[in-house]
Amino acid sequence: MSLHHITLTINGAVERATVPANLTLLQLLRETLALTGTKNGCAAGECGACTVLLALPGAERGEPVNSCMVLAVECDGAAVVTVEGLAHDHQLDPVQQALLEAGGVQCGFCTPGVLISARALLDRNPRPSEAEIREALVGNLCRCTGYLRIIAGIQAAAQLGAPAGPAA
Amino acid sequence: MVTAHPGLPEFDYVKPASLAEASRFLAEHAGAARAFMGGTDIFVRLRDGAWQAQYLVDVKHLEGMQALSFDPAAGLTIGAAVNLNRINAAPSVREHYPVLAEAAGTVASYQLRTRATLAGNVCNASPAGDTLAACLVLAGQVSVHGLAGPRQVALKDFFRGPGKTALQPGDVVTALRFPLPPAGYAAKYLKLGRNTLGDLAIVGVAALGYREAAAAAGLRFRVGLASVAPTPLLLEPAALSAGPVDEAALTAAAEAVAAAAAPIDDVRGSAEYRRLMVRNLARQALTEVWRKIAA
Repeated sequence: MSLHHITLTINGAVERATVPANLTLLQLLRETLALTGTKNGCAAGECGACTVLLALPGAERGEPVNSCMVLAVECDGAAVVTVEGLAHDHQLDPVQQALLEAGGVQCGFCTPGVLISARALLDRNPRPSEAEIREALVGNLCRCTGYLRIIAGIQAAAQLGAPAGPAA
Repeated sequence: MVTAHPGLPEFDYVKPASLAEASRFLAEHAGAARAFMGGTDIFVRLRDGAWQAQYLVDVKHLEGMQALSFDPAAGLTIGAAVNLNRINAAPSVREHYPVLAEAAGTVASYQLRTRATLAGNVCNASPAGDTLAACLVLAGQVSVHGLAGPRQVALKDFFRGPGKTALQPGDVVTALRFPLPPAGYAAKYLKLGRNTLGDLAIVGVAALGYREAAAAAGLRFRVGLASVAPTPLLLEPAALSAGPVDEAALTAAAEAVAAAAAPIDDVRGSAEYRRLMVRNLARQALTEVWRKIAA
């Protein structure tokens, strides 16, 4: 199997790795870099537990992807933001704070992916309607909350505005 | 080395420097090499063992693959690696081909659409491909680069069966092209899934209509169908071009569309249910289009 040398930015830090062709971005994050906030759920692009922001070289900003469905080798030169990269200077991202306060976290397994999808939504649409929030979360399955408190949390986060920290 | 779990089977990743190199490699390794775009179909199939590949050939970076351009004379060109979110958001698509923006936005979830492409949806040739009915009524053309160089294939001649296309070993789809739609046209895509958002289509119906003086009724209609036959279908209902278009003609056209479908029973719905839903959705879409262009 072919091996590839890649350099990418993860949560603002430059990482170099030698990856086999079949290694997914999710495996690179969890198993090589020990960033286990990003979860492995279905490994089929359905559940969204592995959602991260990916900005390929030349992209203006990161967009959410299922990291189980991206090869690590495809991320050479890219910038990735995981749930670990949302908080800055001990300050939670507004969407993290709002989700906590709304009670939108129960078992927590879907939460990293939900947070990333919500951050991406608010970045492209700072004042989403409830319908737009639901549409943006179609790819994030939650089996605990029934979604209502997650949606309430994202609505509250929209009121709080943009995060304080640097965009990676 | 990381042990792959829940990993993908082993393969070599190949990144050719040009379309010519890609075509040569794919032809030399026919059966062992697959071109891939966002991987949203191929990674699922590799994991469940339905497909095998010794080489995955990444073609997203090749010339023209990321371009989306609209020309008021020539129409719309969508590079094969342009993702569905970009198509859904592109101002030129929303203005001139809103039905395509709509269909692109119904595929799976936002994060899947960051990776999934229109060209991949076309090459995968799933009868249920969400974008295919809209692409058919918009008279889409597939730009292909093969061993003999570039060529165009009309989308209506592209699909040969479930997962089967007109592509030959060495072929890479480089773009989808859509001519300028007829002046004053209207179009609608209606999708029935098990839930409102995110599911595959049980039935997908696209209808397009426009004024044409040469037609007996002064109007022409096209209907595209997904999920109700071994390939997506393109139909021109005779009931709507022969005489005046009215409620009775629309009902007859919808019946004819349903009769042309050849659905199967599967986990998402029975053949009988699908046929009835094709009739109802076709009538609904055609009526909506008719009201817009006749107004």
